[in-house]
Amino acid sequence: MPEPLVRQDQAHFFASLDEDVLAAVDAVDETEAPASMWQDAWRNLRARPLFWVSAAIILLVVVVAIFPKLFTSVDPNYCELQNSLKRPASGHPFGFDFQGCDIYARTIYGARASVAVGVLTTILVTILGAVIGAIAGFYAGWFDALLSRVTDIFFAIPFVLAAVLVMAMFRAHRNIFTVVLVLGIFGWPQIARITRGAVMSVKNADFITAAKALGASRPAALVRHVMPNSLAPIIVTATVSLGTFIVAEATLSFLGLGLPPSVVSWGADVAKAQQQLRSYPGILFYPAGALALTVLGFIMMGDAVRDALDPKARKR
Amino acid sequence: MSRTTVELTDTQAPLVDRNSPLLQVRNLDVSFTTATGVVNAVRGADLTIYPGQAVAIVGESGSGKSTLAHSIINLLPGTGRVTAGSILFDGRELVGADKKTFVGLRGKEIGLVPQDPMTNLNPVWKIGYQVKEALKANGIASGRAAMTRVAELLAEAGLPDAARRANQYPHEFSGGMRQRALIAIGLAARPKLLIADEPTSALDVTVQRKILDHLEGLTDQLGTAVLFITHDLGLAAERAEHLVVMYRGQVVESGPARKILADPQHPYTKRLVASAPSLASRRIQSAKERGERATELLAITHGDGVSPARQELIRVEHLTKVFELRGGGAGATKEFKAVDDVSFTVRRGTTMALVGESGSGKSTVANIMLNLLQPTEGKIYFEGTDLHSLDRKGEFSFRRRVQPIFQNPYGSLDPMYSIFRTLEEPLRIHHVGDKKAREKRVRELLDMVALPASTMRRFPNELSGGQRQRIAVARALALEPDVIVCDEAVSALDVLVQAQILTLLNDLQAELGLTYLFITHDLAVVRQIADEVSVMQSGRIVEAATTDEVFDNPREEYTRELLNAIPGAHLDVFGAPPAA
Amino acid sequence: MARYLGRRLLQAIPVFFGATLLIYFMVFSLPGDPVLALGGDKGVSDALAAQLRSKYNLDKPFLVQYVLYLKGIFTGNFGVTFSGRPVGELLAHAYPITFKLAIMALVFEGVFGIGAGLLAGLRKGKLFDSTLLVVSLVVIAVPTFVIGFVLQFFVGVKWHLLPVSVGSDVSFRTLLMPAIVLGAVSFAYVLRLTRTSVFENLTADFVRTATAKGLSRPRVVMVHVLRNSLIPVVTFLGSDLGSLMGGAIVTEGIFNISGVGGTLYQAIRQGSAPTIVSFTTILVIVFIAANLIVDLLYAALDPRIRYA
Repeated sequence: MPEPLVRQDQAHFFASLDEDVLAAVDAVDETEAPASMWQDAWRNLRARPLFWVSAAIILLVVVVAIFPKLFTSVDPNYCELQNSLKRPASGHPFGFDFQGCDIYARTIYGARASVAVGVLTTILVTILGAVIGAIAGFYAGWFDALLSRVTDIFFAIPFVLAAVLVMAMFRAHRNIFTVVLVLGIFGWPQIARITRGAVMSVKNADFITAAKALGASRPAALVRHVMPNSLAPIIVTATVSLGTFIVAEATLSFLGLGLPPSVVSWGADVAKAQQQLRSYPGILFYPAGALALTVLGFIMMGDAVRDALDPKARKR
Repeated sequence: MSRTTVELTDTQAPLVDRNSPLLQVRNLDVSFTTATGVVNAVRGADLTIYPGQAVAIVGESGSGKSTLAHSIINLLPGTGRVTAGSILFDGRELVGADKKTFVGLRGKEIGLVPQDPMTNLNPVWKIGYQVKEALKANGIASGRAAMTRVAELLAEAGLPDAARRANQYPHEFSGGMRQRALIAIGLAARPKLLIADEPTSALDVTVQRKILDHLEGLTDQLGTAVLFITHDLGLAAERAEHLVVMYRGQVVESGPARKILADPQHPYTKRLVASAPSLASRRIQSAKERGERATELLAITHGDGVSPARQELIRVEHLTKVFELRGGGAGATKEFKAVDDVSFTVRRGTTMALVGESGSGKSTVANIMLNLLQPTEGKIYFEGTDLHSLDRKGEFSFRRRVQPIFQNPYGSLDPMYSIFRTLEEPLRIHHVGDKKAREKRVRELLDMVALPASTMRRFPNELSGGQRQRIAVARALALEPDVIVCDEAVSALDVLVQAQILTLLNDLQAELGLTYLFITHDLAVVRQIADEVSVMQSGRIVEAATTDEVFDNPREEYTRELLNAIPGAHLDVFGAPPAA
Repeated sequence: MARYLGRRLLQAIPVFFGATLLIYFMVFSLPGDPVLALGGDKGVSDALAAQLRSKYNLDKPFLVQYVLYLKGIFTGNFGVTFSGRPVGELLAHAYPITFKLAIMALVFEGVFGIGAGLLAGLRKGKLFDSTLLVVSLVVIAVPTFVIGFVLQFFVGVKWHLLPVSVGSDVSFRTLLMPAIVLGAVSFAYVLRLTRTSVFENLTADFVRTATAKGLSRPRVVMVHVLRNSLIPVVTFLGSDLGSLMGGAIVTEGIFNISGVGGTLYQAIRQGSAPTIVSFTTILVIVFIAANLIVDLLYAALDPRIRYA
């Protein structure tokens, strides 16, 4: 085989002998501040307008729920029929509903039930779902098979229908806790399923094997390595669920099967407003708007957190 | 070496002027816009390809080699843009050309064989359909004629039983078969230039060689010019006559392949030539023997460091592992013998390499060695003690003495743990020292793997692959083990970093008297680190001998095949070109 | 393929029994004695009460009741309400209406959700995409009954575009607005799911390879991006049919539709156990059937499943 012809524009070429390229091979960058995954996510999060908007909404709603007296001095349950359907007046910016109650005050006080039900249900569901899901995903075997069937059963019954059915059971003693309990009973399978998936995708990672090879026990590996790495999807699902639980409470109250009439609830107020929609749309608009804004806050937060925790968004 | 010859159905080589360039890239700049600003992925790159010529771009990950190639057919991912320079293909300027030009060009004049056969075929369409698409889109054939042509093309790419295979889905194909289908797609419209982007790096070495031989035979006959993109200098030099070496977005050296190997000029190329495992012919010497600092890179010198009279540390006897696979009817299980009657011994302070392709059972042996998996039959003696006889306490203390290093540096460190916590964890689990003593030990460990102490405040996602692998080494060393099981520990790393880690492992062995069980598919690496080699094939050890013996006098056909498959193994860099 | 379907069928069996048992348990532990409630203020004589109890098997142990009930279901005998109407008659009246409504909602969310999701996914990060994302968030955040009232008020009352309520006139025209309200939230989910899926597939290696073959952009999108992206969407749509039918309680109330939701709601308020159990059992069967259809579609869309 003859020496191949070398064309002029393919002759041996080399760039200038620039020695510092070599010094740089795999040196640690010591300029930037160290950042854990959570710090990374936080940096990412705070650059998102969606996060700030939703944080502001949530903060406002929570403050209103805890200190309604800061926003109104009117008693939401003080109603005078002579005020029925009166339009806004000074001191009563939203006007009055059919029973003559102050709509502004009722809208303010309605936050408490929504936030309480949302937060308590989310806590209950997250603890229940995360523990069950983590054990099923990590240890697999019969418990996992059982969990899969049980969640299948729960998914086969529509959420609203199931909640309506069980709330009917509690007819005599309806309060915030029974609503939380009922939503919790039918809400945990979703978080359990998410947690199980997250745990299963982490549990075979090399760093888990490495921990075992170091002598870490299985429970220790689950608690110290697997769970922290499975938290992201759980947090996201929990945040979004908080919004949907608020909707569920409002729906139950709307159907007259949620909170008792003594508790101010946006859902119940919307139901009551149904009859007067044509004469004064404002009665419906204010509680419905407050409800939508609150839910929007939590759902947007879930969205922002999901994007910030997305592994693809991280460096490298 | 025999070239594959295939009967081609259209053999008329295009009439082209072989002396005017097919592709001329001049002063090309490509940049990406990211959240942190503009990144120049390619800067001032030049590249010339003549008709029918094979050219290779060599570089490590992030060198811009794929970006350069993809910019030719306007397939840059995300925000990538050509910002300056010119790309002349067959006399036409492609920089700034419209979409229609590129749709007409792709497939018809420039074909692409992508890197990973597992992800590059659409899982929901039949193979035949995906080949046919290429014919239809480029106006070659359609309807019934197209299906006949599809079978011909697949057969031409070396797929047996092509007509039937065309009716199957990608998941029914092995990696090698998929890659052949992708080659058929790339060459379907008889392009003038074929871009082969790491076409075989995801495949087993022996399959790799067969496919590359076949591709070379095919493009030779068709007169297709080929642009190889590869990280493997040996492979590049073996397959291409002209090399382009890229580093950090720039072409640092280019020229005739042999000239670059024999007489590299740029310091980066020099280093690459020195580090390429496929070109190395001797075991790395430890720093002590070299009389150098541990952090410096290897040098190829002659010498043999191992004294034969070392005591036996591990004895493996008749190891067998059977897995029950689910399959068949309801509840039925199939038995799969992953490890079949494997025996070997490892002497203290030496490196034993277990070599084999995927599915050979080598990783199963590693997991049994780590006591993470129970063997079905057979025994492992560690310093004369049967591992199976250990109680919980005995097992716990055994863990201190055998430690693993895994292949994927991105998966082996907990992303939630700072480097300090990662290195401190083994000490805490085994209750070693108080808080202060542990911190001191972490500093020591970082120093041992040549990382600054400040690294301990960082998190894995802030480190490069090589740095992470050094952390993994440090973690393995934390408990002062006797044995380290390296499961493909350097396979995922770039050549230079790979050399760095191998040198580090070698130095640590000399310093601390470590014993390594080195699991790998890469015989080239074995030569650099191992004293003894056991070659595994489908669960059995087919050949076991010292490294030199295996390389110089392989007894088994399979071993010879593996040795043959090392890219560049046939190149005699410093001598005359080998007879073809 | 047959094995895959067989396995899915087998998996559906425990779901059916588990779900019906759970419903049966919930219904029969409802507070109040339906038999006594029947007599209203006058009350029911002990003899009559006992007779009624034995007629409805209420005097037998819970599990026996359940088994007898299932036997009835499988022989097409759904029992009679406490007021004497055959439950089968109620079912035959209510189910077709709600089924029509749910299918219309499903078509609405499928067509518009996938369409909008595809366009958004192709333009990820652009203004069009961000707008759709915000719209989808708002739709998810506003409860169904609010969307219902608002649409009813504007489209029906103010602009007279569509009938305000359904009543006895069940037709495409009257059901259109309720179907949009019912499918609104799922539409937002379908949109988001399609968008994510399309975007992920757009950056897949096989899409780049398809482009490199010389395919035009529309062909790449339709053949290689859309089909692969539909796999998770189809799963969602299938499991949504059951939720739509069961979740129609609110929508049917607002638009005065005498379908499953309305009947069930009345039955729950009156504690009419045979009606509740029959209606929900059929809902569970619809859910399971829809999921089996999804499994079939899934296998048609993704060949890997057929051989699993």
